[in-house]
This record gives sequence, structure tokens and C-alpha cells, in this order.
Amino acid sequence: MAEARPHIAPAWRRRTPRAELARFAGWLALVALTVFCFEVMTRDTMWVFLLDAHKQAADLGSRMFPPRWSYIEKLWWPMWETLNIATLGTLLSIVFGVPIAFLAARNTTPSTLLLRPLAMFVIVASRSINSLIWALVLVSIIGPGVLAGIIAIALRSIGFVAKLLYEALEEIDPAQVEAIRAAGASDAQVLVYGIWPQVRPAFAGISVFRWDINIRESAVLGLVGGGGIGLQLQASLNVLAWPQVTLIFVVILLTVVVSEWVSAKVRHAFI
Amino acid sequence: MTATTPPGHWSPPPLIANPWLRWGLITGAAIYLVLALASLEVNWQRLVEGVPRAIRFVAAFFPPDFISRWSDIADGLLESLTMTLTSTVVGIAISVPIGIGAARNVAPPWMYLLCRSIIAASRSFQEVIIAILLVALVGFGPLAGFLTLSFATIGFLSKLLAEDIEAIEPSAAEAIRATGASFLQWLNYGIQPQVMPRLIGLSMYRLDINFRESAVIGIVGAGGIGATLNTAIDRYEFDSAAAILLLIIGIVMAAEYSSSWIRRKVQ
Repeated sequence: MAEARPHIAPAWRRRTPRAELARFAGWLALVALTVFCFEVMTRDTMWVFLLDAHKQAADLGSRMFPPRWSYIEKLWWPMWETLNIATLGTLLSIVFGVPIAFLAARNTTPSTLLLRPLAMFVIVASRSINSLIWALVLVSIIGPGVLAGIIAIALRSIGFVAKLLYEALEEIDPAQVEAIRAAGASDAQVLVYGIWPQVRPAFAGISVFRWDINIRESAVLGLVGGGGIGLQLQASLNVLAWPQVTLIFVVILLTVVVSEWVSAKVRHAFI
Repeated sequence: MTATTPPGHWSPPPLIANPWLRWGLITGAAIYLVLALASLEVNWQRLVEGVPRAIRFVAAFFPPDFISRWSDIADGLLESLTMTLTSTVVGIAISVPIGIGAARNVAPPWMYLLCRSIIAASRSFQEVIIAILLVALVGFGPLAGFLTLSFATIGFLSKLLAEDIEAIEPSAAEAIRATGASFLQWLNYGIQPQVMPRLIGLSMYRLDINFRESAVIGIVGAGGIGATLNTAIDRYEFDSAAAILLLIIGIVMAAEYSSSWIRRKVQ
């Protein structure tokens, strides 16, 4: 009984040879396309510049360190501005984003034919353009400054807030809404007592999450004239004052860490 | 059995139960708002005077002009698209091993720490700042953008992949190990099938993000459509800028729909 059986069946394979071949062809095509794209992309690249990149890196490193700590005095006000851009921009985006979310959610929209597609378009248009590009455009329209930054942040965030909130709205429990309505509530009361309490934790989470992202984004808006610490960054880069740049990076990094911590805390508390 | 108080006006329970914390937060927020708005320094008069100017500016965006700068726009788009694809592929290729190394249930502790620090380094700065540094290192052009986006992809994808690997069903991996599989076989047959659908979904999502970012990093000199847009605005060619913005919105929408379609398909 214990004699070894001869190998009749071939070794087990996960896929049929045909599938294996198809996968191989797919990977080959992907690699070929990538190499082709790389060739196209680097058509005009001067590789000579790349040869001494390590020297450049060492040089840049030596210029960047040590950071110029005394420069911090000039950074407090820009930091305050950056914080304001992020916070006020988020608030503004909530003011506009929440009604748009109610218009976009299938179960709360007053008209699926006209208003919902319109709200969806606003959401998509706002989401596809980065706040830095919004700032670039806005600075040319309303002039450089904090206001352009706030509006840029708000324009980008409206889509984000509205999208996540309308998804939360579409997932609410209809039974509670029905119950409130059955109690004889008006539409406004249904909204306040039936729908809003269900999405309130999601709303808090979304707002704080977006605020966290906006802190990061508002730090660089100054590069195009949107106010905040990015303005100092641009000024320092323009005069090649690398020690100041290092300090600004450190400050931005710290701010990001703190805002991430705050947002994680708040989201844990609510969700 | 008797109602102690007559039913008065009912109000929903507040979001924050502790009244001290609640009112403290509300007061703090109010004070902050007053301070922030006070420091805004908006010159309203100038703003009002600028309204007609602003309207003229906005009007200059219409109609979008695709024609007169088309060759520049096409070059920028080509750079952005090639940059997006190459950086996503290279970024994913690098981030898969790092993601595996950053999964607690696969990698030894020293490896875990190493890979997690790489992820943290890549995630802590946003693309624009990395692009500034890389432009200084390798010069203007799409190569800097390619490096930036690859680097940013690593932080995003490795982190999510590592979290996904940590959340796998251990019994399937255990079963593969029990058959005497080597480490690589264990990865290939025990873990990879479980995380593959999500990895594909994340890759598609990252492709989408990388295109959006490729439109941004051009502003600091890393090539792509962002550089074209910046130039158009600097030259006051707002109609060309509007055309570029419309193209970005169109491509982002197409990328978003196709990537969410693929994600629905594989998950």
C-alpha cells in the first residue's frame, strides 16, 4: 500500500497555459508602454544635469543646514495666516458644500432631473482642480493675498465636503425619517430631526478631515501668491536662502503633524 | 407608571455630552473666529472697486481658446500623461516591497521600522515641496515631476498596502504555510490573492491622483500641463488658460469614472 504512486498528473498550476500567456502579454504591454512613455517624457531631458545630481544634492544639503532658527520670528504671522486660510476656507466650503450635498443626495434632492446633475457638476468641477491651481487663477482675478487663498481652499473643498456628505446622506436609515414624517413633521423638521442627526458624526469627521488636508495645502498656496507661509517660502527660494527654506519646511512639518493629531483625535471622538 | 414631568419641548441630545467641554469649545471657536476675521485685512473698498475688473478678468477666460496655443497645450498634456503613467508604474513597483516590509505580520521588527520610516518620510511633505527640492536637484522638466510623483506614490500605496496585508484572513496564509511553502510561495499564494483586488483598485486611484498632481507640480517647474497653465496665466492668455482648465477637468473626470469602474469591477 505504501508504494509511491507514479506521477500521472502534471504539477498543479494556478492558471491554464492560455491564461498564463495572456497575463504575460498584459504585463509585457504595460512595461512596453511605460518604457515608451518614459522615452517620450525624457526626450528633452539633459542627462548631463543628472550626472552630477549627487553633487548637487550634497551641495544643496550643505546649504540647507543648519536651518536659520532666528528666521522663526518672521514666520509667526504667516503661520497664523496659513491657519486662518485653512480654517476659514474650510468653514466657507462647509457653508456652500452642505446645501450642495443635500441637493446631490438621491433621497433628499428636490429634483433629480435638474438640481441633482447641477450639484454633481459643481462637485466634480470643484474636485478636479487642485487648490493651488484655483489660487493661481484667483490671484490673477482678485489680486494676491489671504482672501485669494481662502477662496481657493473653499472652492477645492466644496466638492470634497459635498461628495462625502452626500454619500453619507444616501446611506441613512429611511425608517427614522419615515417615523418623524409620520409624527406630522414639516419638511424642515424632518431635515433637522430625521436626517441631520444621522449624518452629524460623518459631517464632523469630514469637516475635520478636510481641515487637516487644508492645513497642508494652505502652506504652499503662497507659492502662487495666496498668502500664508508659502509666501515666505517663495521669497526665500527666490533669493536662494536655503537655511530659511529648511526652517520653513520644519515649521510646515510640525504644523502638519499637529493638525493630523488633532484631526485623528476629533474623528476618534465622534465616530 | 406616571409621567414625572409633562412633555415639554424635546430637543435632540447635543453632539458633545459634557456641557463644559461643549461651551468651552464654542467660546474658543467664537474667539478664534473674531480674531481670524479681524486679522484678515481685506480692503473691502478696493475689492468693491475691483468688481468690474474682476468681471472683465473672468470674461477674458471666455471663450476658451484651444487653437492658438494648441502645440504648447498638447506638449504639456503629453508630458503630464507620460509622467503620470511612468511615475505610477515605477512608484507601485517600489512600493510593493516596501508595503510588504511595513506589514507587521510579515516583516521582522527592524524591517517594519525601516519601511514605516520610509513611508512617513514620503507622506509628511506634499508633492509641491518635494517637487521644489527635486527641481533644484535634477533641473526643470518632467523628469523632476516623474521623480516627485514616484516618491509620493510610495508613501500612499505602501501605507495602504501594508494596512491591507495586516488585515488579511490569517487562516488562508496559515494553510499555505502548513503545506510547507517557502516564504516567497507563502507571499505569492497565501497573501497576494487576498490583497490583489484592493491593490489594483488603489493603483487605479493613484493613477488618478498622479494626474491631478502632475497638473500642479508644473507650477514649481516640474513640467507637465501645470507649467503650460502657469505660462498661459503669466502671459495674460486667459482664454488659453481656460482651455487648459477645461482639459484638466475633462481628463480628471474621465480618469475618475474609469478608475471607479475598474475598482468596482475587481472588488
